[in-house]
Amino acid sequence: MRRRSFLTYAGLGAGTVLGTAACGGGSQGGDDSSGAIKVAYQQWGSGTVMKDYLTTVKSAYEKANSGKTVELVPIVASENDYYTKLQLMMRSPRTSPDVVYEDTFLINSDITAGYLQPLDSWLGQWDEWDQFQDVAKGAAKAADGKTYGVPDGTDTRALWFNKDLLTKAGLAADWAPTSWDDILAACREIKGKVPGVTPINVFAGKAAGEAASMQGFEMLFYGTGSTLYDPGQDKWNVGSPEFVDSLRFIKTIFDEKLAPDPSVALDAQVGTRVQEEFLPGGTLAIDLDGSWVSSTWLDTGGAPWPQWNDVMGQAPMPTKDGSGDGKISMSGGWTWAMTKNASNADDAWKVISTLTSFDNNLRYNINSAAVAVRKDVAADPTYTGSNPTLEFFSSLVPVTQYRPQNTDYPRVSNEIQVAMEAVVTGQASPDEAAKAYDEAVKGIVGEDKTATL
Amino acid sequence: MATLTRPGAPSGPQLRRRTHPVRVDIARALPLTPAVVLLLVFLAGPILWCVYAAFTNTALTGAGSGDTQFVGLDNFRAAFGSEAFGNSVVLTLVFTILSAVVGQNVLGLALALLQKRAAKVVRTLVGITVIGAWVIPEVVAGYLWYAFLAKDGTLNEVIGVLGLGQNWLYTLPIIAVSLANVWRGTAFSMLVYNAALSEIPAEIEEAAEMDGATGWARLRHVTIPMIKRTVTTNLMLITLQTLSVFGLIYTMTKGGPGTKSQTLPLYMYEQAFSFSQIGYGTAIALVLLAVGGVFSIVYMRLLRED
Repeated sequence: MRRRSFLTYAGLGAGTVLGTAACGGGSQGGDDSSGAIKVAYQQWGSGTVMKDYLTTVKSAYEKANSGKTVELVPIVASENDYYTKLQLMMRSPRTSPDVVYEDTFLINSDITAGYLQPLDSWLGQWDEWDQFQDVAKGAAKAADGKTYGVPDGTDTRALWFNKDLLTKAGLAADWAPTSWDDILAACREIKGKVPGVTPINVFAGKAAGEAASMQGFEMLFYGTGSTLYDPGQDKWNVGSPEFVDSLRFIKTIFDEKLAPDPSVALDAQVGTRVQEEFLPGGTLAIDLDGSWVSSTWLDTGGAPWPQWNDVMGQAPMPTKDGSGDGKISMSGGWTWAMTKNASNADDAWKVISTLTSFDNNLRYNINSAAVAVRKDVAADPTYTGSNPTLEFFSSLVPVTQYRPQNTDYPRVSNEIQVAMEAVVTGQASPDEAAKAYDEAVKGIVGEDKTATL
Repeated sequence: MATLTRPGAPSGPQLRRRTHPVRVDIARALPLTPAVVLLLVFLAGPILWCVYAAFTNTALTGAGSGDTQFVGLDNFRAAFGSEAFGNSVVLTLVFTILSAVVGQNVLGLALALLQKRAAKVVRTLVGITVIGAWVIPEVVAGYLWYAFLAKDGTLNEVIGVLGLGQNWLYTLPIIAVSLANVWRGTAFSMLVYNAALSEIPAEIEEAAEMDGATGWARLRHVTIPMIKRTVTTNLMLITLQTLSVFGLIYTMTKGGPGTKSQTLPLYMYEQAFSFSQIGYGTAIALVLLAVGGVFSIVYMRLLRED
């Protein structure tokens, strides 16, 4: 057949072309044409706290270093998509930003991936590094003992509640639950007595991303006294009855319609809607969420709400049955890191140190309602007086827990979200979802690194 | 291709043999070269890389990214051992059979048959409507259906008075996306069948009518046998198109709730880009390719039996 001989030629041609095309590696050293230091960050929802802060830092930096420029690279994406996009950008020298905003839970994984470079040589000569609290310094420390990021703040988590709605339901305005059952009882009261109001929001499912794992699941799970991972033995916890208990709590609030409708809860916009729509609108009574939530309601936030502090109260998240410290919190935070492909490492460091300097960090911590990690910021009166909830959220630091500082955590976290979503949608019982999680974790880390802790 | 006999050319079995030198072959292939080269430069590389990646632990972050290892068939083993993958295969088959093999195919044929007898005005109007659904972008179609079926969507507004309102995308996700795909893809089948039906000589139909064949019998014994090849070809095309539908489902349900509408392309996307397991994702892509291959072989067999 004629066609066959044609295909042979085509095949030969393909070989030659591929040989040349496949070798087209990227040029080294990033996009030097502009010389600008590219700073990548996440832009999601209507809040512009980060954008405003970076714009100010950019102009200050350019004024102080004539001829140098900073280029802001906003990545408009929800949480999971932001990481994906950032990783794809960092893979090639041609598209890589120089300075990136990295969540502490992911930084270990990205260090292992070889995307970032250690900052020790600069940190050693930076007189401000001593101002950072030790816990925060360790946040971006990798297994090799080197530090890959400068933290800009931390956070804690607790229950936010609408005092008006709770008093309507016959609960105290200074409500302070002491167990999971307390929370459920309050939710049932609200549902019965205040129609049209969603009693509680607990983030769950894949669309909410890490918020579901941390604000949702881990706030419950770590309150059982259990843990996801034991760094001492280097083992992940599987076959845990506490894991099932935590999923059962999730199932209860969704089955009894105490939580938002699943179509809302499983949507990527849920976080923005809770902060900008449901809480200010008085359609949600209790929200298990982060210390930063009020930043949305400040004048600088995405949905200013002058009366927020009169309406909203806070209570610590209780442990499952009040045992242990009686309360629990989880802490995370974000860091500024430098990519492996940074076109000009010294300039990139200059930008990072400007971003985290006293003045800039102070302003950012105030506008983002963050728990400060710099001792001088934490002690500064403008900071301490900036937000009425600050004292409460800082008081949770002694009972707070941290996510596993482990390369595999992001993948395990995904499986937590899958398990939660399966329970929320009724696709699996808590037992089945936990079993599927166990199998998935064994697949990720290897069976020899799992145990029932 | 039919081979034309030239005067003086050998005939019979010798025809199969080469009757012109290689030079002529090359000369004939020459006009195709630019297109072929372009395809090779832009597609061959990524395709070959995908095949390679499917056998590695390539990832966007973590160990698979910093230190990529060749893992043999591990990705495939993991897939065939995972419930989520099994669920995706079943959903892919349900979606394909429901929306393409049954929905688009039958509806397309029905429309084409009805149009044959309809008045010109009706024909034009139906044609415009059906093809309109086909030419709008996939994402737009997805949003339209989302707006139609969502909890506070138009459908619930209409049937709400009967108390039948529910969140269709949440209660029947795979049915919802299948319906949307039928709505969107029927035009293609309709056009194909329009063309095929217009080829059937009127005398044959008239003769069948004279012999007393009713509409249904005519369809079964005359029309369908005469367009059998078209049916198979159309089935093959829409099956392969439907197997890889991504945008429509992603817009409407993102594969959710849970994994209730997570067909293989969505599962692949989630694993590769949400969970950053590129290697595993590409392995799923190869499986999807194999599924398409199986369908194609079946249809080819059917074609050959004619």
